[in-house]
Amino acid sequence: MTLLKLDNIHTYYGNIHALKGISITVDEGEIVTLIGANGAGKSTTLKTISGLLYPRQGKVYLNDEVLTKHAAHEIVKMGVIHVPEGRRVFARLTVMENLEMGAFTRKDKGGIQQDLDRVFELFPRLKERRSQVAGTLSGGEQQMLAMGRALMSNPRILLLDEPSMGLAPVLVDLIFDTIRELNEQGMTILLVEQNALLALDVANRGYVLETGVIALAGDAKELANDPQVKEVYLGGA
Amino acid sequence: MFHRFMRRHDTTDIVMWLIGFGLLAAVIYGSFVTLSSGKYDASVWLDFTIFGLAQGSVYALIALGYTLVYGILFMINFAHGEVFTGGVFTAYFVAIALENSGFIERHWVLSLLILMAVAMTVSVLVAVVLERIAYRPLRGAPRLVPLITAIGASFFLQYTYRGIYGSGIKTYPDFPALDGKLNMFGREWPILTVQALVIVVAALMMIFLYWYVQKTKAGKAMRAVAEDKEAAALMGIDVDRVIVNTFALGGSMAGVAGILYALLFKQVNAFMGFIPGIKAFTAAVLGGIGNVPGAMLGGLFLGIVESLGPSLILDGLGIPSPYQLKDAIAFTLLVLVLIFRPSGIMGERLSEKKA
Repeated sequence: MTLLKLDNIHTYYGNIHALKGISITVDEGEIVTLIGANGAGKSTTLKTISGLLYPRQGKVYLNDEVLTKHAAHEIVKMGVIHVPEGRRVFARLTVMENLEMGAFTRKDKGGIQQDLDRVFELFPRLKERRSQVAGTLSGGEQQMLAMGRALMSNPRILLLDEPSMGLAPVLVDLIFDTIRELNEQGMTILLVEQNALLALDVANRGYVLETGVIALAGDAKELANDPQVKEVYLGGA
Repeated sequence: MFHRFMRRHDTTDIVMWLIGFGLLAAVIYGSFVTLSSGKYDASVWLDFTIFGLAQGSVYALIALGYTLVYGILFMINFAHGEVFTGGVFTAYFVAIALENSGFIERHWVLSLLILMAVAMTVSVLVAVVLERIAYRPLRGAPRLVPLITAIGASFFLQYTYRGIYGSGIKTYPDFPALDGKLNMFGREWPILTVQALVIVVAALMMIFLYWYVQKTKAGKAMRAVAEDKEAAALMGIDVDRVIVNTFALGGSMAGVAGILYALLFKQVNAFMGFIPGIKAFTAAVLGGIGNVPGAMLGGLFLGIVESLGPSLILDGLGIPSPYQLKDAIAFTLLVLVLIFRPSGIMGERLSEKKA
């Protein structure tokens, strides 16, 4: 069943036509990845979904609800959470306070506590550091916090923007293992990644973005074996 | 050696340091002369200090409004002095009614609470309306634009108050229960009752504010928005609402500050907010603008310096009628902080490490 659907989205930055008619779908329980070069429009797509940017044309649907025209903070309440590029944790707030902000829209105390336990189970490091200020965490720990904070909103779909950026290989593996684990628990994920090899390995399906249009789409395994994708995004491997 | 020194510091640097040392020398010399002349005895110094603490707590409450708004919008709300005036001036009319009916004499605590509630309500209203119509449309404009708007709004409000409430100076009614020295636990304390009350109420408000910002969900959201508005919106925080909350919180502090000011100084008029407003801004800068404990400390410090400075320093330097120059001391301090430590006592760097 389709959970998220983008229908012919056109997004502009001022006069720059950044997304030129993007249509994608994400089914419930899937991991879908957007790959592409710098400036292809991957982050712009996520920002358009989460309401940081308004498309000039086209609509975003979550099930049958239209997300477009809702403000970013309302879209969170509807079940879409966006982990932005560069983690963007609140550096002066403690780990615990960051997680509380993730649950900002919720009132169900029991559910929040359950999700907190789940996040701590997923990332035991965060539990150890819960009273520490987020700015003192390492890059990997900040990525864990950014993801944990997002999970605290109890989302129906998780938008991840470049979770591997700037991390040591060991930590990248850990983050991707977590993505897999979350998906096995039923979480739907839309993943934007520079590292196309990793992304296609973890995803069910993928879209290749090129300067604001979708150049290729398909099964992740097929994309990984596509000669063109191999040439351009997988370093000809 | 001199040449090497000159190469590392340009001339302005050296002139600045000379001015700094000159002022420091004047302060030390003046204080020394005053103290060795024995003109004032210990009890006078104590009175000065307590008065300084009392007016400093008023500055601190107003300074919180500057610092909270700056922390979130990186904008100096120069109309904050008028947010303060609006509350206390409106409450004046209620105070007169309460006095005429004899209510102040019979129930002074209740009267005081009523006045504070009125002043807080009006100040919050002024602050929130100001944000809505003067600042919100300019969100995203270059930083100079809202600053100029704030100055315009400040004048607009001053003359609006004058138009509505009249241009004269009005005298707040007396609280007979607060006259004289504090009598408590069976003895008389060397502090005026009204000053003790001002200090205690201000301290309670500051404790409340600190608790609110640190411990409540709304306070945490405020800090999150101050750090990263976009990330806060992505967590489901309504940024505009948090900004309104911040203005309201600053307004409520200013409302209480207004009543405390009226208790200490007794007089109100349409332009009364300007000088305390600028001084509270000085206090906020002194403590490190954007820093909540900094604004509290800066306010208290400024109040004490302003109260002790004239007699302690200026008197010793042989300046006649030194008390007329207390404002000069406050603003000299502002200039010095801006030159030598722009980040303030508890400036950014420290707060980041501590936070």
